[in-house]
Amino acid sequence: MDFAGAYTSDHLIYLLKGFLVTLEMAAIAIVLSFVIGSLIGVIRYSKIPVLSQLMGVWVELIRNLPLLLIIFFVYFAVPEITGWNMSILTSAIISLTIFESAMIAEIIRGGLNSIDKGQIEASRSSGLSYVQTLWHIVFPQALRRMVPPMVSQFISLLKDTSLTVIIAAPELVHNAQIINGASQQYVIPIFLLVALMYFTVNYCIALFAQRFELKRT
Amino acid sequence: MDLSVIVEHWDRYIEGFGNTVLVSLLSLVLSFLLGSLIAVLRISPIKILRIVSAAYVEFVKNIPLLLIIFFFYYGSSELGLSLDGFTAGTIGLTIYTSAFIAEAIRAGILAVPKGQTEAARSSGLTYGQTMIHIVLPQAIKIVVPPLGNQFLNLIKNSSILGVIAGMDLMYFGDLINSDTLDTVNVYIGVALFYLVLTVPLSFGVRYLEIRMART
Repeated sequence: MDFAGAYTSDHLIYLLKGFLVTLEMAAIAIVLSFVIGSLIGVIRYSKIPVLSQLMGVWVELIRNLPLLLIIFFVYFAVPEITGWNMSILTSAIISLTIFESAMIAEIIRGGLNSIDKGQIEASRSSGLSYVQTLWHIVFPQALRRMVPPMVSQFISLLKDTSLTVIIAAPELVHNAQIINGASQQYVIPIFLLVALMYFTVNYCIALFAQRFELKRT
Repeated sequence: MDLSVIVEHWDRYIEGFGNTVLVSLLSLVLSFLLGSLIAVLRISPIKILRIVSAAYVEFVKNIPLLLIIFFFYYGSSELGLSLDGFTAGTIGLTIYTSAFIAEAIRAGILAVPKGQTEAARSSGLTYGQTMIHIVLPQAIKIVVPPLGNQFLNLIKNSSILGVIAGMDLMYFGDLINSDTLDTVNVYIGVALFYLVLTVPLSFGVRYLEIRMART
């Protein structure tokens, strides 16, 4: 183990660059999968005929497959089917969004379902439309219950970005592997540092969410 | 879509499928044992054990599984061990999953009324005996659905073995793909094999969850 050789400023800057790509990828995928996941969750909750069932099958299918397989499929198979040659980063973000939006859809649906049906009936009979009921009555309450599972899903997503190393996305683990390629002596020191980088960000997200929880209740 | 590739390469699909099942079961048993131990440490009366076990759980939960597996696969030769992909993968999956199982079991233990522990202790049982004979058997029941979910995650996560030549379904899919170049169909085949495992399991878990919610 060569800690001094592993932690040169060049290496540290290179790792940091990789980490920025990781964070950027995660941030974009979080926003996209939150929007798409909410949409799918609401469609399934509202039981819109046909569309709701189709989304149900889609969510079940994606949730029961490994993310790694989805990353492979989007990168290698989708261009073959569609002829669309996307960049590595686009492909990585699409794969992450497909997988995580299915997870988020289930969190949203679960949160919405946990709100007592009597409230919907009461609000509807007070003259609010279905959309108004969802927006003003169901959502604000459900959102509170969704925060803890949503936060752990976001942490999962941040960890899952590491899987895109298999399609050579220039993220943190990829850059770590390139440094490790220079000397076997670097492997353990570099991976320890990389673990610490992931841990720091994820733990801060978890702590922040916990604070937020405590303050509100 | 022409899935004849599954029939032609049936042997290799089945070998990979078997190894995926094997590594998932092996890691489930090992991470259950490790996770139970950590859960008991987390609520033990000794402060230093509580701190160490909590640190383990928090650290492992917040780093990617891939990193743990790479650490053992690439790092082991530096320590003079040189683990193969299957072994490094099993160790990595066990460590990663044990943190989540420990949390599930801890929640289960905390759900057992405190009065039972007090009663057992005042009947003369030691802390260890109380855990093994009184608290854990009851906690296990509460923990079954979350354990099922962890098993589901394990099966999906085991696909990482494909990246380190771990002889699993994903790895053989990769091999078949480089032989046939029939990417779309080869990976649809791989997906079908995973679904055979995960779909019945996730329905089973949901059934248990609903049954538990009723009682």
